[in-house]
Amino acid sequence: RCVSRTHVNYEVKDNVAVIRINDPTSKVNTLTRQLQDDMMEVLNEVWGNSAVKSAVIISTKPGCFIAGANIDMIKVCKSAEEVSKLSKEGQMMFEKIEKSPIPFVAAVNGTCMGGGLEFAIACHYRVATKSKKTVMALPEVMLGLLPGAGGTQRMPKMLGLPTAFDVMLTGRSIRADKAKKMGLVHHVIDPLGPGVKDPEERLIEYLEEVAVGVAKGLAKKTVTVEKKKGLMQKVQDAVLGIPLVRNQVYKTVTQKVMKQTKGLYPAPLSIIEAVQAGVEKGPAEGYHVEAVNFGKLAMTPESRALIGLYQGQVACKKNNFGKPEREVKSLAVLGAGLMGAGIAQVTVDKGVATILKDTTTEGLARGHDQVYKGLNDKAKKKSITTFERDMTLSFLKGQLDYSGFEKVDMVIEAVFEDLSIKHKVLKEVEAVIPPHCIFASNTSALPIREIAAASKRPEKVIGMHYFSPVDKMQLLEIITTDKTSKDTTASAVAVGLKQGKVIIVVGDGPGFYTTRCLAPTLVEGIRILQEGVGPKKLDSLTTGFGFPVGVSTLIDEVGVDVAAHVAEDLGKAFGSRFGGGNVDVLKTMIQKGFKGRKSGKGCYVYSAKKKDKQVNSGTEEILKAFKLTAPPAVSGDEDVQYRLVSRFVNEAALCLQEGILADPVQGDIGAVFGLGFPPCLGGPFRFLDSFGADKLVQKMKRYEDAYGNQFTPCQLLLDYAKDPSKKFHK
Amino acid sequence: MEVLVFHWTAKKTLSKPGVRNVVLVEGVRTPFLQAGTTYADLMAHDLARGALQGLLNRTAFPKEAVDYIVYGTVIQEVKTSNVAREAALGAGFSDKTPAHTVTMACISSNQAMTTAVGLVASGQCDAVVAGGVEFMSDVPIRHSRKMRKMMLSLNRARTLGARLSLLGSLRLSHLVPELPAVSEFSTAEMMGHSADRLAAAFGISRLDQDEFALRSHVLAKKAQDEGLLTDIVDFKVPGKDIVSKDNGIRPSTMEQMSKLKPAFIKPHGTVTAANSSYLTDGASAVLIMSEEKALAMGYKPKAYLSPTYAIPKVLERSGLTLADIDAFEFHEAFAGQVLANLTAMESDWFAQNCMGRKAKVGAPPMEKFNLWGGSLSLGHPFAATGCRLVTMVAHRLKKEGGQYGLVAACAAGGQGHAMLVEACPQ
Repeated sequence: RCVSRTHVNYEVKDNVAVIRINDPTSKVNTLTRQLQDDMMEVLNEVWGNSAVKSAVIISTKPGCFIAGANIDMIKVCKSAEEVSKLSKEGQMMFEKIEKSPIPFVAAVNGTCMGGGLEFAIACHYRVATKSKKTVMALPEVMLGLLPGAGGTQRMPKMLGLPTAFDVMLTGRSIRADKAKKMGLVHHVIDPLGPGVKDPEERLIEYLEEVAVGVAKGLAKKTVTVEKKKGLMQKVQDAVLGIPLVRNQVYKTVTQKVMKQTKGLYPAPLSIIEAVQAGVEKGPAEGYHVEAVNFGKLAMTPESRALIGLYQGQVACKKNNFGKPEREVKSLAVLGAGLMGAGIAQVTVDKGVATILKDTTTEGLARGHDQVYKGLNDKAKKKSITTFERDMTLSFLKGQLDYSGFEKVDMVIEAVFEDLSIKHKVLKEVEAVIPPHCIFASNTSALPIREIAAASKRPEKVIGMHYFSPVDKMQLLEIITTDKTSKDTTASAVAVGLKQGKVIIVVGDGPGFYTTRCLAPTLVEGIRILQEGVGPKKLDSLTTGFGFPVGVSTLIDEVGVDVAAHVAEDLGKAFGSRFGGGNVDVLKTMIQKGFKGRKSGKGCYVYSAKKKDKQVNSGTEEILKAFKLTAPPAVSGDEDVQYRLVSRFVNEAALCLQEGILADPVQGDIGAVFGLGFPPCLGGPFRFLDSFGADKLVQKMKRYEDAYGNQFTPCQLLLDYAKDPSKKFHK
Repeated sequence: MEVLVFHWTAKKTLSKPGVRNVVLVEGVRTPFLQAGTTYADLMAHDLARGALQGLLNRTAFPKEAVDYIVYGTVIQEVKTSNVAREAALGAGFSDKTPAHTVTMACISSNQAMTTAVGLVASGQCDAVVAGGVEFMSDVPIRHSRKMRKMMLSLNRARTLGARLSLLGSLRLSHLVPELPAVSEFSTAEMMGHSADRLAAAFGISRLDQDEFALRSHVLAKKAQDEGLLTDIVDFKVPGKDIVSKDNGIRPSTMEQMSKLKPAFIKPHGTVTAANSSYLTDGASAVLIMSEEKALAMGYKPKAYLSPTYAIPKVLERSGLTLADIDAFEFHEAFAGQVLANLTAMESDWFAQNCMGRKAKVGAPPMEKFNLWGGSLSLGHPFAATGCRLVTMVAHRLKKEGGQYGLVAACAAGGQGHAMLVEACPQ
């Protein structure tokens, strides 16, 4: 045995080589240079040993088979060719396994993603545990890449074209039992309860025992690799055997991708190309296109942006404020509205006892129903059982009074956005809670220091800005004042992390970070509407730029009243820079009852029956009444897009300049996860790096000439424009 | 040192000052038969009645002296949901004697006995009959929820038109019947599946399980042949023969057993039909009394009873150690489950991480363990097994001349029951 081998080792058990993977330098196994070298060495020894009749590949790392290729390995590459070479090496190693003279069994427990899954599908047989940690996926597309180690070639053969496209183009996670149904794994085993050692340790042992049994069977030919195909599968195979039908599949998939990505993401198209090359022109061409496309994609700004987001998200899932002095074990939420109930749902979901308090039984019942529905939807999708739903719901206690508040560790208020009401509940709460209890305010714009002004203990007051719908939106914006203690922040972050949130921690000020970026963008949107661009056109311009939701739809979703409130409040705080569109447009809409989706009418008319929404003629009339003349020099489609984006980005840069934001990473994460800034651009700061601050400043100067100080670039932007070597992200 | 002291004091007797001694006067059961055999056309309360009458016959106990009746059952026949009352009335007990039914999966009759002990110990009763019945030859199969809903609405529909329109909504899917759940409601897992995972968690091999199952059958056969299973009372099935023997005892060979395929986890599981208990029909009953009353009425009680939950608790409470126990009777749902339990009792890791104890409990020695067979071989009519265990341990103590017996059983839902039994002076 070679001494230098650290990541992969093996032993021979009854003629079965059990190859064990464990990267001692990391919490997860990734395909690094060292791991691949060790693996090749082991494989050669195994193939050289005539006593070995079959092999098992298994990870001894708890909760992780192989999480994928090491991203840093790709990031350090300087050219597409370099990346292609990495891809080819991976392809070669897996091809050797596929063509191995002895059968290989992949024994999968825990994360099996990207290169890890490509490794597993190169083996001849797959056994997986049904542990909750066992998740299979090809998430490369989410990083702007493609499965570059044979995935685009093997997946269609294994799953059939439609399912293979679905798996690779969505990057979705597949649990073991689903993988079994799809034909991705041959055999699944249930996780074990406690025995005479750590259950996870025993589970890996058990998995190995079962896999060794399968490997022996494969060698003796008592176990076969081929699965019986169902009738549907046979029919599908027959139909897809017709080239004309396959062409139609490629066409349909491409159309679907174009519709969803607006052509802004190159990776899905590259995946389709690689699959098509392999299926239509044979494996040599297929593998070649896969490797070449992998290299090309790695060099795209989209991929850099998406990788940046991925890594930023990982960074925003850590608590940088240390371990809180006491864990929050019970929590109270004030206000059972949309936000309050949402916060309660994500809290009980993690087994934290939660009081949901409202002032009326009707409000309470509605909130309780919302939590129930959220959990029941999960049960319907079978991601939890109805029993788990009921057990989770048992952590929720709805009430109208403050009983039990003397024992809670944290109170999150989600009452109406009105300073005097917030002060009233703060005082009421402080009269009943224990001294260590934290008071968090879920507000989207009211400065926390103004709320904390009514507090006897401002060090325990913090802002926790959730996004609607709380159970779906990943972001949590935590706002600290200069009086908020570090332990309070640490506690709030810990609670947010437990709720599964991606967290940015920002300084206090009107609109904090996210709302502050949103407000000028919305106001600009209203001006654009006033200038005669219809709601539908405005939507298509914004989604065409990469925003998942168009500005007109966003106004309806946020609520016209909320938008007006924010625009007016921040307008007062920041003055003419926040001007542009006329807030009276929104106010008139409110008067007419057009409050957005919740009232059935806003920019659009909503009805339960029709999927295709119609523009609200009432709003069109209001817009006519407030009509502005569009300056032709800055009103082309592209200029309209950049007017929206530049106001957003400029405000984000100002937040960084003023110290509201601690770093560009949090700025990017907040903008993308909270406000839907185009993910392909990676966030306002990544966008500045790739687009060029100078180019944006040039555009803004033109808009400034037409509209004034709303487009005046901030000092930070000017600094970066002056020196193109300055980048927000290294 | 402390252990020794406890040892010494405990060896004298389990009785506590100021608390009435509770005794087992007699215990009987119908023969346990594989489901779908001779009992097939009966109902649950028929078997329960048989056990109750058998108990009365054996003891010649005056019916009116029974203060209370508690019966356990798991799969309920909906027509006789309080099966205790139906069986008691049918067996000719006084209609003034109240009867209730309890359910706690496979430890239902253990719970019935525990209730009886409580009633006697607290002085509310002097004589209580406890028992359990399970009838797996017939289980309630229901119409689907949709069909039930329609039928109930039909009941309420007043006009012909309304009825016809309801009938018009009948779809083929309405007719799919609903079987009683074979899996636990909360975990959606079948017991056999769970037992297989349990065996795997403790690393119990297929060979170990088959050997244990074979041991159970061999010992049961021996006990049957030697006439040790005296708790059985004959049962006359109308129109058929008198049943007087358990019919599931079938010692096989290791070779034959090794041929069976796993029954639940396929293909790599280890639990098979041969190393699991089988679906069984049967009923059991015991007479539990205060010692003074039993003696006053001229009975020779068999054993003192002191139940609680789970073995270490029961031992610690009475100040005994495993070494003091002369006869062990554990419920054998699956060979894998029994062996996993024994392994857990021998494991410090399990004691520390799963029980919050400093050290292991220790496993009982096999030479004192289930010596007359167990649920694997004798059969396991879910709710009737508890009384069978207690009666059997009392009989064993008498036969073997031991003082202390320990009964333990597990049940679906992650529950367990243990009872300490002390032989009464002869």
